[in-house]
Amino acid sequence: MTLFDTTILNTSGLTPDSRLAAATSSRANIFNMSQAAEQAVLRPEDCGAFGHDLRAALAARVAYHAGEHALADHYATAAGDKVALADPGAYDSGLGHVLTFVDKTANQTRDVAAEDISGLQAAGVSDADVVRLCELVAFLAYQVRVIAGLRLMQGTAG
Amino acid sequence: MSRVLHKFTRNVPGWRPRVTPVKLDEATPEQLTALQVTPSNTKVSDYVLTLAHDVESLAVRSPLFNAIMYDPGGMSRAERELGALAASMVNRCIYCAAVHADRHAQLEKDTTVTDELFAKGENADLTARDRAIFDFARKSAEAPPAAGPADMDALRNAGLSDAEILDLILSAALFGWANRLMHVLGDPVRKETGA
Repeated sequence: MTLFDTTILNTSGLTPDSRLAAATSSRANIFNMSQAAEQAVLRPEDCGAFGHDLRAALAARVAYHAGEHALADHYATAAGDKVALADPGAYDSGLGHVLTFVDKTANQTRDVAAEDISGLQAAGVSDADVVRLCELVAFLAYQVRVIAGLRLMQGTAG
Repeated sequence: MSRVLHKFTRNVPGWRPRVTPVKLDEATPEQLTALQVTPSNTKVSDYVLTLAHDVESLAVRSPLFNAIMYDPGGMSRAERELGALAASMVNRCIYCAAVHADRHAQLEKDTTVTDELFAKGENADLTARDRAIFDFARKSAEAPPAAGPADMDALRNAGLSDAEILDLILSAALFGWANRLMHVLGDPVRKETGA
């Protein structure tokens, strides 16, 4: 994968011919490590309770909420039969506690409290899976903001 | 006894996890390897031991964090800390805000900017350059991200180069990530000193 094929640069529309190519190339290590982080968070070897398809659906859901539709589409294609959960309005009775936590952590971060974690634990989510879920949502918060910022820099936002 | 903090402070508090951290003497070889690439090699914090539950993420996040905040060139370290602080204030991550306000003050050898920000929030009296940086990072941290073309113009008008703006985007976004770990997985606490 070349630098400009990484999800962040590709989704924000940057190419080797872009005016910002020099600035982004000087931080190539950061964009390559960001791609490694996507791999670790979306497609880990040890998935815990959340398989690759569900992770992709949740990532798409967070990206749609943030208004990053190209990124959301990128993840939705990997969501398999979980793709319905990519719709921010979708609900699944078996995963309600997970969806509620993902939506709140992504979008009302400041309001997350101890009860949100104890609620997941009471629903049977292990401590390791709580951390995995946080990393997924937290990485997406980073990725959508870098993409949004790069699009603004190029004057192609909106 | 310790109490949970709810107000911004530059006096870095403790951090109490809401889940049980990995126990160092029970860590897997993969976890031990990942724990060694954290900024502090001498003592492993409860925070890092908590993140070790997802060792694949931890192993890639630590070097990425260090590159965004500390690699040479581009934006000054103090201004990257200002981006980190703005995001942490939006997300009310008391712990992150304390650490990065303290680092800003140390790098600048001046507490004026962080005193202003903690006293007045987004109405703080800042230089035009700090104002542009803080506002861009603050709006970027909203959900959904709310920075717009006028905020980008303000950065350019304040004299920031493309390399500096890119570093600001990265440092502010990085704290969208860090805040959702630190603020969500634990509480900022202060030990009661007793009467």
